[in-house]
Amino acid sequence: MKPILEITNISKRFYLDHQNAPYLNFRDRLTDIFKKKNKKEEFWALKDIQFDVEQGESLGIIGRNGAGKSTLLKILSRITPPTTGKIVSRGRIASLLEVGTGFHQELTGRENIYMNGSILGMRKWQIDKRFDEIVDFSGTEKFLDTPLKHYSSGMQLRLAFAVAAHLDPEILIIDEVLAVGDAEFQKKCMGKMEDVSRGGRTLLFVSHNLFAVEHLCKNSLLIDNGRVCAIGKSKKVIQNYLETMNKDTNHQNGYFDLRNNPTKRNKERGFLSAQLYCDDFKTNLFRCESNFKLELDFSDTIPINDLVVGFVIKDSTQKPIIGINNWDLGLRLNTKPLIDGKVTFEIAKLPIYGQDGFYVDLYFGDGGDNYDIIENGVAFNLEPNDILKMGRILNPALNTMHPGKVDIRIS
Amino acid sequence: MQTETKEYTILPQRSMTFDFQELYQYRELFYFFTWRDIKIRYKQTALGIVWVILQPILTVLVFSLFFGKALKVPSSGLPYPVFVFSGLLLWNFFSSGLNSASNSMLNNSAIIKKIYFPRIIIPASSLLVSSVDFLITFVVFILMLIYYQVHLDISQAIVFWPLAILLMVFGTLGLGCWLSALSVKYRDFRYVVPFGLQILLFISPIIYPASVIDSPWINYILAINPMYGSIILFRIPMTGNDASFDLLLISSISTSFFVAFGIYYFRKTEAFFADIA
Repeated sequence: MKPILEITNISKRFYLDHQNAPYLNFRDRLTDIFKKKNKKEEFWALKDIQFDVEQGESLGIIGRNGAGKSTLLKILSRITPPTTGKIVSRGRIASLLEVGTGFHQELTGRENIYMNGSILGMRKWQIDKRFDEIVDFSGTEKFLDTPLKHYSSGMQLRLAFAVAAHLDPEILIIDEVLAVGDAEFQKKCMGKMEDVSRGGRTLLFVSHNLFAVEHLCKNSLLIDNGRVCAIGKSKKVIQNYLETMNKDTNHQNGYFDLRNNPTKRNKERGFLSAQLYCDDFKTNLFRCESNFKLELDFSDTIPINDLVVGFVIKDSTQKPIIGINNWDLGLRLNTKPLIDGKVTFEIAKLPIYGQDGFYVDLYFGDGGDNYDIIENGVAFNLEPNDILKMGRILNPALNTMHPGKVDIRIS
Repeated sequence: MQTETKEYTILPQRSMTFDFQELYQYRELFYFFTWRDIKIRYKQTALGIVWVILQPILTVLVFSLFFGKALKVPSSGLPYPVFVFSGLLLWNFFSSGLNSASNSMLNNSAIIKKIYFPRIIIPASSLLVSSVDFLITFVVFILMLIYYQVHLDISQAIVFWPLAILLMVFGTLGLGCWLSALSVKYRDFRYVVPFGLQILLFISPIIYPASVIDSPWINYILAINPMYGSIILFRIPMTGNDASFDLLLISSISTSFFVAFGIYYFRKTEAFFADIA
C-alpha cells in the first residue's frame, strides 16, 4: 500500500527585509522605484524536507522554537505554498493549528459550533449528527444559547477543542493544542487523541511536550534549522533532541555584553554586562521554577548617590510578566557613593511557565532619573519542563507578577 | 465520514484555473460566512434589520429635498424620489459590497492564517450579505413604484433588470476581489476605497440623469464605471429607451474586464495571503 502522505524535497524560502514593515506599504513601493534595490536576505525556513507517513501512523514532530515545524504544518495544510518540492496526500487533511479559529464573540455557543465546524471542513449534516457529542464533550450545554463573549476562557477553549476533536479526517494535524485548559480537560483531550490514533487515522502531532509525544506517537521526526535531523522511534529521536539541546546550552553561556547599547544617554554611564544563571549554572536556557540569578555589572563617571537598578521579564510577545527594582522592594542602595559595581538579583523559584523565549529589559538610574534603558538586553529560553509530571507544560497564562522573595546584593 | 476521499498534490505554484469542483465542495461555507456576517451586523442595535430599509429611505428623502426640490435636478420624467432611489438601490449594493469585500480578507486574516479553504469564498460571501440588503430594499422600491403609480414596461423590466443586476454583481465582484487582494498587500486601500466610492457616487448617474452631460467624450470616460451601464439599464423600463448603445457597450466591456482581471489578480496573490496578512 502506498503511504498516505509523501513529502518530497519540500523547501520554503522567506525574504527577510529588515527595514520594511511585515506588510507592504504603497508609499514605500512608490519610493522604492527611485531607490536602488536593496538586496533582500534569503532565509530558508525549510530545506529539502523528505519523509513518508503510512496510513494509521501517528508521527510526532519535535524541534526547538523556530526550527520550522509550524511552517511545515502550514504547507501540509495548504495555508502557504512551498517554494520547491511536492506533497502527495491520499486523504483529507484537517489541521488544528489553533483551536477556536473562526469563533466569534457575538455568536452563541450553538452558532459557533456550526460556524467553526464548517470552517474546519465539516458538512452541515455531519455537524448535525455529531452536535450532541460535541456539546457533551465540551460540557457547555447550559450555555449553548449564550453569546460566546459571556463564556469564560476555559469554556471557550473546551468548546473549541470539542468541535475540533470531532472532525474525523483521514489525516489530522495537531499543533500545540494540548498546552491549554485545566488538568482534567487535558486528560480528556489526550484520551481523545489516543482514540484517534487507535482508530486507524493518521496523526501528525507537533508539541514541545516530549512526554505527550512519546506517549502518543510511535515514531517521531526531529527538525532543526529547517532540515530533518532524525526520524525513527520516538524514544530515540527525543533522546537525540535532548542531547543537541544540552550541547547548545554550553555554547550559549548566559553572558550578555551590554556596552554598545545605542540608546545609552551617555556612553560612560550604564550597564557593562549581564550574566544569567539557572540553578547557579550560567546559561541561556532556563527551567521553570528554578533558581534565577541575574548579575548586572555597571559603571559610571560620577559617584551614584541613590542607585536604581531594575529589570522586567517579558514573554515572546513583549508582554511584561515580572518587574523588579530595588526601590519597589524598599531597598535603597545608597550606603556609599559608587562608581562601579555589580548588582545581583536572586529569586529562589522563578514562577514563569510556558515554552517560549523570554526577554529582559534593564534599567539603570540614579535618584528618579534613568541613564541606561536596555530593551531586550537579556534573552533566554524556557526549557519545557513537566514539573507536575502530568504530561503537559503549564499554561503560560499562569505566569504571575509575584516572584516571591527577591534577594538583592550589591558589591 | 468524508466520502470524497481524493488524492491531491501540493505544488509550489498553484494553477490559475478555477477548481469549481472544490468550490462546490465548500459551498456550505458561502452560506456560513454570509449567515455569520448578517447575524453579527445588527447585534446590539435597537432597530436591527430596520436599518436596512431606513438607510436608503433617509438618503432618498435628503436627496429628493436638496437635489429634486431645491436644485430642480431633471429626472427623466420620473418623480424625483423614484428616480434617485432607482440609482441608489444599485449603488448601495455596489458601495456596501465593495467596502465589505475589500476589508473582508483582513477581517478574516486569523482564519486565513490557520485553515485552508478556497479564499474566494471570503469576498464572494461578503457580496452575498449585500445581496440580502439589496433584496429587501428592492421590495421597498417596488412598493414605491406602486405608490407613485409609475408606468413600468413589464416586458422591458424582465429583460433589462436582470441584465442591470448582472452587470452590478459582476462589477462589484471583480472590483471587490481585486481590492480585497490589494488591501492585504497594501493597507492603504482601507482608506482609498471609501474615498473612491464617495467620488464615484457623484460621477455615476444616480442623482442626475446621464443626459445632463452633453460632451460625448466625458460620457465615454464616465461609462467605464461599471455602475454606469447598470443604472442606465435599470431605468430603461421606467423612462423608455433613451440610452446610448455605445455607452452601454463601453460599460459592459469594462465590467467584463474588471471581473476577469479582479479574479485573476486574486488568484495570483491568494497563495501568499497567509504570509503577509
